[in-house]
Amino acid sequence: MKKFFSILLTLFIPLSFTNASKAGGHMEAEVIHWWVSGGEQAAISKFAEAWKDMGGTWIDTAITGGDNARGTTVNRIIGGNPPTAAQFNISKQFVDLVEQGQLQSLEEVASAEGWRDFIYPPELIETCEFEGEFYCVPVNIHSAQWMWINNEVFEKAGVPKPNTIQDFIAVAPQIQDAGFIPLALGGQPWQEGLMFDVVASSTLGFPHMAKLYRDKDVEAFRDGKMEMVLQTYRDLNKFIDEGAPGRLWNDATAMVVEGKAAMQIMGDWARGEFAVAGKEAKVDYDCVIPGKEKYVALGGDVFVFPKNSDPKVKEIQLKMASMMVNPTVQANFNNAKGSLPMRLDVDTSAADACMQMGLELIQQPSAIMRENDDWNSPAFTSAWEDIISEFRNDPNYSVSAAMDDLEAVLTSGL
Amino acid sequence: MYYLTKNLASKISLLPMIIISLTVFVGCIIYSFIYSLTGSKLIPALNYVGFQQYERLFKSRKWDVAVENIFIYGFVFTIGCLVIGFLLAVLIDQKIRGESLFRTIFLYPYAMSFVVTGLVWKWVLNPTFGLEHSMHLWGFDWFKLDWLVNRELAIYAVCIAAVWQGAGFVMVLMLAGLRGIDEDIWKSLSIEGIPKWRSYLFVILPMIRPMVVTSIVLIAAGVVKVYDLILALTSGGPGYATTTPAMYVMENFFSRANLGQAFAASIIMFISVVCILAPWAYYEFYFRNKEAK
Repeated sequence: MKKFFSILLTLFIPLSFTNASKAGGHMEAEVIHWWVSGGEQAAISKFAEAWKDMGGTWIDTAITGGDNARGTTVNRIIGGNPPTAAQFNISKQFVDLVEQGQLQSLEEVASAEGWRDFIYPPELIETCEFEGEFYCVPVNIHSAQWMWINNEVFEKAGVPKPNTIQDFIAVAPQIQDAGFIPLALGGQPWQEGLMFDVVASSTLGFPHMAKLYRDKDVEAFRDGKMEMVLQTYRDLNKFIDEGAPGRLWNDATAMVVEGKAAMQIMGDWARGEFAVAGKEAKVDYDCVIPGKEKYVALGGDVFVFPKNSDPKVKEIQLKMASMMVNPTVQANFNNAKGSLPMRLDVDTSAADACMQMGLELIQQPSAIMRENDDWNSPAFTSAWEDIISEFRNDPNYSVSAAMDDLEAVLTSGL
Repeated sequence: MYYLTKNLASKISLLPMIIISLTVFVGCIIYSFIYSLTGSKLIPALNYVGFQQYERLFKSRKWDVAVENIFIYGFVFTIGCLVIGFLLAVLIDQKIRGESLFRTIFLYPYAMSFVVTGLVWKWVLNPTFGLEHSMHLWGFDWFKLDWLVNRELAIYAVCIAAVWQGAGFVMVLMLAGLRGIDEDIWKSLSIEGIPKWRSYLFVILPMIRPMVVTSIVLIAAGVVKVYDLILALTSGGPGYATTTPAMYVMENFFSRANLGQAFAASIIMFISVVCILAPWAYYEFYFRNKEAK
């Protein structure tokens, strides 16, 4: 008998995991995002506060690293336990989710509130709209194409501040002689790719970039200008210190903040690092959009709302979507985040000098630049970045070999 | 029927394990293979594209680098751990003073997670603030240690960190083996006048063969799945010079939203492991059993 019980026991141990049923509170919303640094936390808490004011409960699931956060979201959706809302970038990252019917359409609230009338720039509507219905809420705009300059280092080196990448290459040797690192870079593929895109777009201009990234136009790719860009990119390499591989972007920004390095090419989220260090825009540091024609790249974040089997959740999701585009909430959120709002009727008086530059530019439709990941799948953009990263790190990787490999990605249909 | 009813209780208690292994391992392998034939992106979808994912995989320069790296890493890590582990065990076996202290010191790295090991070595080997920087500050200007940022050498920097962590564990296993050697054998060896290094290499080492095999199995299992160490130490860089097949798979799974490619790569990983292990397992567990009979 004892034996029988022991058999029973062994059989049932593995089965004894129970499914704890979730207590469904009123307006309970779980939000997955990757905003974990100080400034980012301050920003997301503006959403949380507004949500609580509406009588909701905010369950904050912050996951370090965009890749990890997005991976968790997708896994939870596939596993049948989707969050109420989840963060993605303004890009093609979530297209698959829409196509597989995994996301809640927000059309009801979008047409009721007239999102199409106030969301600006209209490219954001393009990002979120699939077959005439809204599937995501853009919440902010971050642009990538900035040179962050430490004024003091340029003064000490006795060289003028650059307006283009080529200007910078001309004065960089003198900065080096003065004992500074001319260019701070974090040697991770996405940062190397970002720097390449800035070099390319500031040299070639946005219409030409669109031919490459949007149209996959091989003739435009092979018209001789791309080789020039790659060569410029390689020239920059001489001015980067050897400790770059694997460095995080904010560590590279810190080098500029502390005056070890003269400049970093990075998105406008770098501003936060200067602000935290108590530096003032245009006084201690300068922000320059390189190139003769100024563009502002349209990056940033969106929230999507995965479908849920519980019909009550849809109501909650629509309310949250409406809350996120509310002008007051937008002002609070974006001032904390240091990003541009997704509508023009928002109070931006708190914006600093660099942010004002971005705000002015974005109001000119011709200055708005779309990026690689607006048109292409993550598989494409990362294959592209791989080559750029190898090209930077491997001095034996010739320009012509890189051209061939890039063309292969361009025509791969990824 | 007799085989089924013999030790019924133990068989029934093993049943959940058997079911889990079958469904989880075999099931997942079949699942992965089916989806490796599809063009799945972010979510598994059954849009068959034939062997296109495999074609893309074998054309990928990054995959080539990953495969090359796993061989370098596997070879250096296995040999390094075995040799250094065995040497440490032999040295500690010399009835030294403070043996337990040394044993603890050598085993300590193994108690750490690979992520910690990776971060520590990342700082030590970083040329701008690590050992090289300190040496420069001390006046040794000629000192150069740029393995981590050198494309050719970065994978060996990974090996150093891995051996540092794994050697202590091998040492403990080997030491257990050495302690199991009968005193009489040592006595007869010294009567024969055989030098110590020869006794260790040609008499004792074959006697602790089970320990060596165990070490190799444990190390080899670690080789194939190496991921966290490299992620913490180099994140696969510079460029993708230290990427490994496991990283390639994970990347395509999560950040690249390229599931089909990830499944194809993991199937190839699985096949290569089977190809390497099958003949050896056959010899070790079947052939030798027969021999013994």
